[in-house]
Order: sequence, then C-alpha cells, then structure tokens
Amino acid sequence: MNLEKRLVLSEEQLNKNDLAIDNEVPHVRSEGFSIFYGANEAIKSVNVTIPKQKVTAIIGPSGCGKSTFLRAINRMNDLIPGCHSKGKLEYNEEDIYGQYTDPVLLRKQIGMVFQKPNPFPKSIFENIAYGPRLHGVKSKGELAPLVEASLKRAALWAEVKDRLNDNALGLSGGQQQRLCIARALAVQPDILLMDEPTSALDPRATAHIEDLIGELRGGYTIIIVTHNMQQAARVSDYTAFFYEGDLVEFAPTSDLFTNPGQKKTEEYITGRFG
Amino acid sequence: MKLQTRRVLDRSFTGLGFMSIFLLTAALVMVLAPIFARGIGAFVFRATSEFRRMDHSLNGRRSAGAIAAETRLIQAAREPLYRMLAECETQLDAGIVENADELYEELDEIRGLVYQLLGPRPGETVPVLMRDRFGKTRWDKARETIHEILFKETWDYSDPTKMGEKVFVSREKSFAGTALENFFPYLEANAEKMLRPRLTFYWGFLFDESHDAHFFGGIWPEMLGTLYLVFGTMLFAIPIGVIAAVYLAEFARQGKVVSLLRTFIATLAGVPSIVFGLFGLAFFINTLKISDSKSVLAGSLTLSLLVLPTIIRAAEEAIKAVPRTYKEASLSLGASRIHTVVKVILPAALPGILTGIVISMGRAAGETAPIIFTAAVSVGKPLGLMETLNQPTPALPWNIYNLATEHEAVDEIRHVQFGMVFTLVVLVLLLNLAAIILRARVSKKLRG
Repeated sequence: MNLEKRLVLSEEQLNKNDLAIDNEVPHVRSEGFSIFYGANEAIKSVNVTIPKQKVTAIIGPSGCGKSTFLRAINRMNDLIPGCHSKGKLEYNEEDIYGQYTDPVLLRKQIGMVFQKPNPFPKSIFENIAYGPRLHGVKSKGELAPLVEASLKRAALWAEVKDRLNDNALGLSGGQQQRLCIARALAVQPDILLMDEPTSALDPRATAHIEDLIGELRGGYTIIIVTHNMQQAARVSDYTAFFYEGDLVEFAPTSDLFTNPGQKKTEEYITGRFG
Repeated sequence: MKLQTRRVLDRSFTGLGFMSIFLLTAALVMVLAPIFARGIGAFVFRATSEFRRMDHSLNGRRSAGAIAAETRLIQAAREPLYRMLAECETQLDAGIVENADELYEELDEIRGLVYQLLGPRPGETVPVLMRDRFGKTRWDKARETIHEILFKETWDYSDPTKMGEKVFVSREKSFAGTALENFFPYLEANAEKMLRPRLTFYWGFLFDESHDAHFFGGIWPEMLGTLYLVFGTMLFAIPIGVIAAVYLAEFARQGKVVSLLRTFIATLAGVPSIVFGLFGLAFFINTLKISDSKSVLAGSLTLSLLVLPTIIRAAEEAIKAVPRTYKEASLSLGASRIHTVVKVILPAALPGILTGIVISMGRAAGETAPIIFTAAVSVGKPLGLMETLNQPTPALPWNIYNLATEHEAVDEIRHVQFGMVFTLVVLVLLLNLAAIILRARVSKKLRG
C-alpha cells in the first residue's frame, strides 16, 4: 500500500463521512446510514465502502458503535427490541434493509463469528452440518465432504478428524472458535463478519485465529471488529476507526496506523484515550 | 463484623441447614415406611387354600388337579368341625342342655363365622354374592376370624366409675358339656390344616381385575385408569404448554400484555384443584358435551388445565436459560426463527422441560379432586383405548379415598387400600426417578 492511495480528507468530506477506496470492488456500502436504539443514535450517518475480498478491521473505543455497525450488516440487530435504522446500507448493491430483503437469505450469504465461541451443544459434525442441512443438503454422503472441507479451511481438521461425533463443547476455547468459523464457512458465505473473535481467547489461540484470517484472505470479504489495535494492524488490509457513532477515518491499514489523517485517530492509536 | 461472629453465624447456619434436611428426611421416612411396609402386604402375604381356590376359579390360574387334591386335604381336616356343629344342634333340639336359647343364638353366630372363615362346603348351593363364595383368602384375616370364634367380644360395665371395658370371653366355657366342647381346641390346633397358609407372591394384584368391589382380585382397572389419565393429560398439556412457553419466551413482544399473561398463568397454578374439577364438569361435559357423562377424555382435559401452568413455567424458564449465543449462531447461519427454536433452543432446553413434564405427570397421577366430577368411578372394568373417549374409569387416587370411606366392608379390604397407596407412591417415585435419569442423560449429552 502506498501513501498516495490513502485519501486525505478535507473537513467537509469528513463531516459527510464520505470515504471511498480506489481500485477496489465495493462489496458493502453505506450511505447516510444511522442506527438507533430507541431515541439514542448509536451510529450516526455513516458513509463507507467496504471492498470485496479484503480484510477490513473496525476499531474504536468501547461503546463507539463498531459492533452495532457490524451486526447491522447481517441484520442481527433485528433481534434487539427498539433497534431501528435509517439511510442506506447495501450489499452487492442490494438494500440490506429493503422491504423485500429476506434476512434469512441475507444471513446465508453473510456469515458471522461471535465474540465468545458459541458452538451448539451438539457433535462437531452436527455443528458444521447445521448450516448446509438448513439450506437443503440432506444426505450424509454430501455432508461429510462438506464438513471435512469446512474444517480443513478453518485449520481444525487435523485436530478433530478422529472425534467428529464428540460434543463440540468438549473442545478448547480456540478450537471452539475455529469450529464456529468452520461452521460459518460451511454455508459458503460471501462475507464473514467477526465480532471481536479473539477477545475470549488466550494468546496462542488468538495467534491461531489470526493465522486463519490470513489464510482466508482473498477468498472472502472479512470484516472484523477488534479492540486490539495490534491485531487490526496484523490482519487487516483496511481499517475503519469509529468514535462515538461516527466513522472518523477509513483507510488502508498501513496508512492509518503510520500516518493517521485525523487527530482523533492519532490520539486513539497512540493510546491517549480509549 | 468480627471474624469470630462471622464464624459463629456460618456454623449455626450450616447446622440449621443440616437440621432441616434431617427433619425432612425423617418426615419422609415416617410417611413412606408404613406405606411400604403395609403396602407390600398386598403383594406378599400368607395365602390360604381359599385364596388358591379363588385364584383358580376367578383368575384361571393354577391347575384344577392341584386344587382338587388340596380341597380333599382341607375337607378332611374341616369335616370334624361341621360334625361337631351338627351334633351340638341336635343336642340343643333335644332339649337336654340348659340355657339352650342363649346357646342357639351363639351357635348361629359361630356357624356364620365358620362360614366366613372356610367358605361354603363343597356341594352346598353357590352363594349369589361373590364375596360369600370363598372363605378367608389371607391368613392374617383368617386369624382374626378364628379369634372371633374362640372369644366372644362383650363389654364389662361392672365398675360404675369407668366407661365400659371391652373384654373377650372364651366361648369354650359356655359350651362346656355339649358336643361343641371340643370344637374350640380342635379349631385352634387344626386351623393351619384347614386353610394351609403359604407365603405367596401375588403379582396379580397389579394386573388382575377386581372382583366384587375389591373383595378379591387386583387393582388393574385403577392402574390402567391412572395411566390413561396421566398419558391423556400429557397428550394435551405438553404440546400446548411447550408452544405457550416458546411464544412467551421467544416470540411475544415483552411488555404489559405478556406480564399480564404470566400473572394469569401463575394465578391458574394457585386455583384449588376441586375448582378445576367443577370447571371440567361444567365446561367439557355440560357445555362442550365431549362425552355423555364422566370420561377419561374429560378427566384428561381437566387435569391438563391443572398442570399447564407447571409445564409452561418450567419450559419458559428452561428456554430462557438457553444461552442467547445459540440463538444468534443459528440465526447467523441463515436459520429462520422457527427452525432455530425447534432445532437449537428446544433441544438445549429439554432437560428443564422434561423436569416440568415429569413433575406434572406425578401431579396428574395423584390428583383426586379434578377427576371426581370428570372421570372417576369407584368400580369399573379396565377400559379399551377407544372407550376412554366416553367411558369413566376407576383411578388410584380416587379409589384410595373411596375404599377408605365408602366401601361397605372397609376393614375387609384394608390390604387393598394399602396396596393401592403403595402402588401410587411407587408409580410417582418411578416417574420422578425416570425424570432424574433422563435429565441427567440429556444434560450430559448437551454438556459434552
């Protein structure tokens, strides 16, 4: 990434949060997108374009709305009573909150990995097979190779291939998280949302997951929320910095960390608050 | 607070806890021990030859040859008794005995008691009432009757300062000098030869029909009726209860309406069971006319209303206890809400739901008041499956009450009552045990 590539923004542009990246295919795009919890505006008119098949990290202090924004992309916020949105949020140029959008189909294409590993209390095999079964793959003959492929892609196959029928809750935390990634991959999504996927893991398991993200890079659009700036720097191509519901800055990761365009960003990444 | 004070408090609290658990256990043992001890008497007892005769002719067990052979033996032992009774009557008729009038009366009494003890003699006309066709089938009952034959029960009022006192007077003295003089020692000495008591395991108590309002036979109609009622109740209560719980926990918009609903359900749990009974009669039978009169169906519906709050509460708590993350995971994979509920939430909530269901099964098995008006009768045949739609049934809890209060010979069938109580308690305990095992298994499977 070279320095020229990064957009240096004027104050006016910033106020509109109108950020774009050159030479990338847009995958998720928002325009004046806001999210409200009741009357409280958690995300304030965000304009952002997230590029396809890149890793985008969302950083920011606690309560800045980064998770809220992430969960808006696959409409997981629908579960929260009183949560509603305004403005436009598009995936492949289709309105995510459109009247005719089926959230169930949307979530099939936009997978998610959560903060805490959350495998189902079922066998390892059943965990991975849950999604494909849901979408019509019924026979064991079709499921077995799919399960194997998903587990291999999540770098878990070698560790669990002999105990696919054991309960998934018997795995270690890191293994459980990789299982959750494999489970999300088994549905063959376009986008993988990761909501602080390593915050409940020890450093070794974290390294494992980060390696895995590196391996998945290029195959999927990955959007990862993290409170760990080193992690964002290590794994992502682009980084978005949220502060109090505003998207302050969006830029190629190397630029954002070495040469932040905004004072707030600089203060945050140098640890002056957050 | 000082360390010393805290320690004392800790200790005294532990002590109180132990004490209350001990008291609870003691109370449980005090309740259950006599029920078990006496209830087992319905299954294991010393059965007389009359029992075997009854078992052969009413339940079709035992070989005719063995019965005939035994009958010959006991008749040989009994014959002198009948001979002495006849001789004594002849003596009284001949007028050679003093105070013959009094003795006539007592002789009749003895005859009656002997008939109760030994049953009709072979060749005599078969009595109309089933209960008169056999003598005492249980040795403990036979012993009581023998005591009655040997001793006359009278009241002693000689001391005017006291209430009358019950005394037993030997009849042998009143008949001294008559042909009956040797009757009493003979009876005492040869009673075992006449009735041949033998320790018997009567498993048929559970599976035999009752004969002549429980004078003979078992409690199968009651058992079956209770099982029908329990499973009928579950048939209605489980689906409705679980669906209601899923709605309340997962789908309903949490607000005033739902908390009001919850209050209603909690109130329903507090309604006295007899009121459910009356409601069942008024609504299911008189208004909906689901059956002409009492029926297992009406009883099951009434009982299911009674247990619904328990099932809804247990299921709702269990569903709420399922980690939200499971739901999120399922939805994020593109599952619909229904699919998530059926495939992820309900399986994870299963242990809690099962507990609620089994507690309700125990409750349905034991409830008396709701079935008095809707399902229970005191005497009946075992029902076929289709008959449950419009026929009433005997059931254990109601018949325990009925036998103890309204039976014409309460003392004669005491062992049946205890047997029923024992069976009901064991049934409920087994249900609870099954629940504990099932719950442990399912939770283990979920925990991995």
